[in-house]
Amino acid sequence: MSTQNLKIAIVIVCLLALLVLVPMGNSFVVLLATRAMAFAILAMSLDILLGFTGLASLGQAAYFGVGAYLTAYLANYYGFGLKWDFWLMIPIGMAVGGALAALFGLFAIRATGTYFLMITLALGQCVWGLAYRWNSVTGGDNGITLKGGRPQFGIDLTNDINFFYLTFAFFAATLFALYVLIRSPFGKSLLGIRERELRMRILGYNVWLHKYIAFIIAGAFGGLSGVIWAHANGIVTPETVVLTTSVDALLMTVLGGAGTLVGGAIGSAIVFGLREYVSTLVPWWQYVLGGVYVLTILYLPSGLMGIPERVRQWRNSQKKRETTKMTTAPSSH
Amino acid sequence: MNTQFWVVQAFNGVSYGALLFLVGAGLSLIFGVMRIVNLSHGSYFLLGGYVALSVIWITGSWALSIPIAVIAIALVGLVMERLFLRPEGRAKNIRDALIALGIALIIRLSLGRLLPQMIPGQIGNIVQVTLVVAIIAVPIYLVLQRISAVAIEADTLRQVLMTVGFAFLFQQAALDLWSGNPFDISPPPALTQSVSLGGMSFPLYRLFMIVGALVIGILLWLAMEKTRMGAMVRATVDDAQMARGVGIDTNKISMFIFALGAGMAALGGVIGGAFLGVYPGLDFEMLPIAFAVVIIGGMGSLGGAAIGALLVGLADNFGKALFPELAYFTLYAPMVLILALKPTGLFGRD
Amino acid sequence: MARKLQSILMGAAVAVGLAVPAVAQENELRIGYLAPLTGGLAQTGIDMRDGFLLYLEQHGNKLGGMNVKFILEDEQGKGDVAVTKAKKLVLQDKVHMLIGGVLASTGYALAPVSTELKTLYIPSIPAADDLTQRQLPQFPYLIRTSWSSSQPHHPLGQYACDQGYKKIVTIAADYAFGYEVVGGFQKTFEDCGGKIVQKIWPPLGTKDFGPYIPTIKADADAVLSLMVAAMPAQFIKQLRSAGYKKPVLGGGTSYDEFVLPFMGDETIGDVSALHYSAALETPANEKFVKAYRAKFGKVPSYYSENNYTTAQLIDETIKKLGGKFTTPEEFIKTMQAIKLDAVRGPISFDENRNPIQNIYIKKVEKKKMFGYDKDELWNTVIKTYPNVSQFWTYGREKFLAQPVYDKNFPPCKFCE
Repeated sequence: MSTQNLKIAIVIVCLLALLVLVPMGNSFVVLLATRAMAFAILAMSLDILLGFTGLASLGQAAYFGVGAYLTAYLANYYGFGLKWDFWLMIPIGMAVGGALAALFGLFAIRATGTYFLMITLALGQCVWGLAYRWNSVTGGDNGITLKGGRPQFGIDLTNDINFFYLTFAFFAATLFALYVLIRSPFGKSLLGIRERELRMRILGYNVWLHKYIAFIIAGAFGGLSGVIWAHANGIVTPETVVLTTSVDALLMTVLGGAGTLVGGAIGSAIVFGLREYVSTLVPWWQYVLGGVYVLTILYLPSGLMGIPERVRQWRNSQKKRETTKMTTAPSSH
Repeated sequence: MNTQFWVVQAFNGVSYGALLFLVGAGLSLIFGVMRIVNLSHGSYFLLGGYVALSVIWITGSWALSIPIAVIAIALVGLVMERLFLRPEGRAKNIRDALIALGIALIIRLSLGRLLPQMIPGQIGNIVQVTLVVAIIAVPIYLVLQRISAVAIEADTLRQVLMTVGFAFLFQQAALDLWSGNPFDISPPPALTQSVSLGGMSFPLYRLFMIVGALVIGILLWLAMEKTRMGAMVRATVDDAQMARGVGIDTNKISMFIFALGAGMAALGGVIGGAFLGVYPGLDFEMLPIAFAVVIIGGMGSLGGAAIGALLVGLADNFGKALFPELAYFTLYAPMVLILALKPTGLFGRD
Repeated sequence: MARKLQSILMGAAVAVGLAVPAVAQENELRIGYLAPLTGGLAQTGIDMRDGFLLYLEQHGNKLGGMNVKFILEDEQGKGDVAVTKAKKLVLQDKVHMLIGGVLASTGYALAPVSTELKTLYIPSIPAADDLTQRQLPQFPYLIRTSWSSSQPHHPLGQYACDQGYKKIVTIAADYAFGYEVVGGFQKTFEDCGGKIVQKIWPPLGTKDFGPYIPTIKADADAVLSLMVAAMPAQFIKQLRSAGYKKPVLGGGTSYDEFVLPFMGDETIGDVSALHYSAALETPANEKFVKAYRAKFGKVPSYYSENNYTTAQLIDETIKKLGGKFTTPEEFIKTMQAIKLDAVRGPISFDENRNPIQNIYIKKVEKKKMFGYDKDELWNTVIKTYPNVSQFWTYGREKFLAQPVYDKNFPPCKFCE
């Protein structure tokens, strides 16, 4: 079995484990898992930008928020999306996220590196500013509480376990869709751009267009995660689009491992686990969270998924040291 | 909207801009010299205010609080830079030791929680806890020494994320050390008066902010333009490799600039403490605004930071006065436009 | 491989979740307490918790004779985290009741959860009017022990008329709480002949009031300010140093004890209204303030008092129920029938499950109180309006018939 197929098999096994084990826990664990998965979709969408195109964005929460606010707004004021039309809400959320990304991308894609970080930060803050201040539409600081409850279309989604299954379906579907994207010629070009942008340009690829499309796709899936998030929580507030949310998404992707697709999901599980599970156990959980970030950045730059690689590297450097020991004095680090 | 309105609003905008200059200039220089995007800059601002408060509580002197806060936070910045952002040689050992201690402490606390019967008391016996922590820390330290940390230097993203991690740590530490009460710094009574001119009232403290920022700005400019150190800094900003090539110790420059940047943020925090207050959340409130200043003005440019601060201060003020519903939008939208047209900011260089 | 790790961790979490003893003891009252302990609102959460725990400590950790299991969860100032933790408290820890929350948005997020999970919820701070007004029918398991936003500001409006103020400018934080405070004030002030000539709305969290102060109309007799958290100290400082000499009236949070100890002498003489003042000269309050300050090092604010009194109310209710918690419905009915002499004064409940209580008009003074040897800023009570309900003098039906106070209700008829 090739390593690739092995990896896929492992992922499938884990997904199945998730599907089976979580509902056996109590409602708190189920809800936590649901929120982590919804957010994981956001992290995975960011991975498209970060891991595969090499663009680190500090503004993904904008698409997340737009999807969430739109869902809440339509549900509350127009009663839309609460029955079978929920299934309409999904493409609408993705379209809106994608459209916003299309607009923002026009400003952002010209920049790279730090400047891209900065401009996406600014764009994210624009959305936050509107969410915070446009009281008549977004409810301002109060946010929008979804009064109609979760959508009803035959399945009772108020049951957290049913909603978990629904979220899982979207999560798995996103994982699959993004996987297909990565394996496609388009995805391969993205990888090329990440590695050697100049060369791709010389080879005649329209680099700008590729980045732009990747940006839109990330925005679309960000919108999707927002739609699910709104229903998972029943409330959308400016906290959803605050800078820390974008930072969280970025951190989750790096924590799990950028460019691995599932890394975002792992990062999401860990961060949510820390924020919401560990916080029920000890009051000093913020130190643990900060510490985890710092340590991962220092010692596991490829994230948790990069551990096998790091172990391999370490073993190789050990072997090298053994051989050089015989010829030269060992170097200290 | 008569003349009085415009004059007072402009004055207010300029004074707010003065404060922003202090915060932004440091951030801009840090980026210019070290290419580091420091997301814990807001934390330096906040911690500066808190340290000043402590000094005032202990000594009663506002004047004393300024230099002490600046130096204290400059040291914090220095430590962060030397140990975590760009450690060299023995610094790495110290860093590993610190981390080992931190991890050991957490393990000890967790054990205390999980097995209350086996390990008596939580923090009851300080000596016992310290010993246990030290013992647990040793093997961790050894492990860390074997695993080499990957250098952060050129990796923007990891720098950003690491500084954010520290920002979270600082935030929690500030809450634990100073409590979350909404503090306010009281300047000496002389500064709380107002000056009346042409029927309008101009608070002296705002004047103080403007004058203070001008003085600092001029001092910095003189240092940059007229001193050898300044020349070295400018050379490093322009082209770090070349600078090294002609024998400039860019490491020392980086250290110096990082400490300076942190110190200036702290100065902003002390001065702002009498104007904005000192309370939890201020760090993450100041951060995006500081970045707006730096981005609009251009990273690495002192003059750019001044212009950027002025523009942001005025935009924020007039935006809120004239278009209250769009308050934050009027701040960030121009930032986006400028970045879209000139990604390095108005006066920035790449 | 790492994914497997994730599911193993998940499984472990589940196992821990299942293993945590749901061994509920008979005589145990399990309280799920939600407050922000990290983030910008942390200090309010800490004050809330301290107030509640002080009562428990003074009563041997028993309420109504039942042993209390106090489970505190950090909701981090976020509505969605509050909901998640609330579900954990109810479904995993099997608490009898949920208490707490700070923001109105948290109150609005938790109330539906209480209905869904059929669990008692006591918002011991969230003051959003409609929780116990127009939206009450959606929340059968809710009873509020604190206040409604407009409750103290109805009498304040009356007081303003009595002072002879004819024109007032309001400047209030631009969010729902601000709207409800100003709305309450405006309704009564205009009903007794006053005029609100201008409404200014700085965003919540504003610290630099430079853009707003110069726009205050010069011909107003006074200003009504509603500031929250870190805003109050900066606002009054900047207002006075901008040369504004006219009187300032404050909404409940503009001068309360959460902020007053950190404000300066420029506040002396300012008047505000709230259902509590730490300077209340009653034996019960003096005892409370002294005990609280001795233990926690600060003068208690209404965050602490409201939770102390909530504990006291629960104590009385359980006693009346014969020393056990029966059902949420019975608990609510019993609590609603209680009349208590609390630290803040006499409390009873109206038919909408909100307290009827004294509203204190207080003035900031610098003096020594309760035997403390330093001159400090205190909110001296200068007038008491007894038995004030959330409906003021309008009567329940008439009040509920009008819309909830909003940015545009009551409309600013006299604004230019």
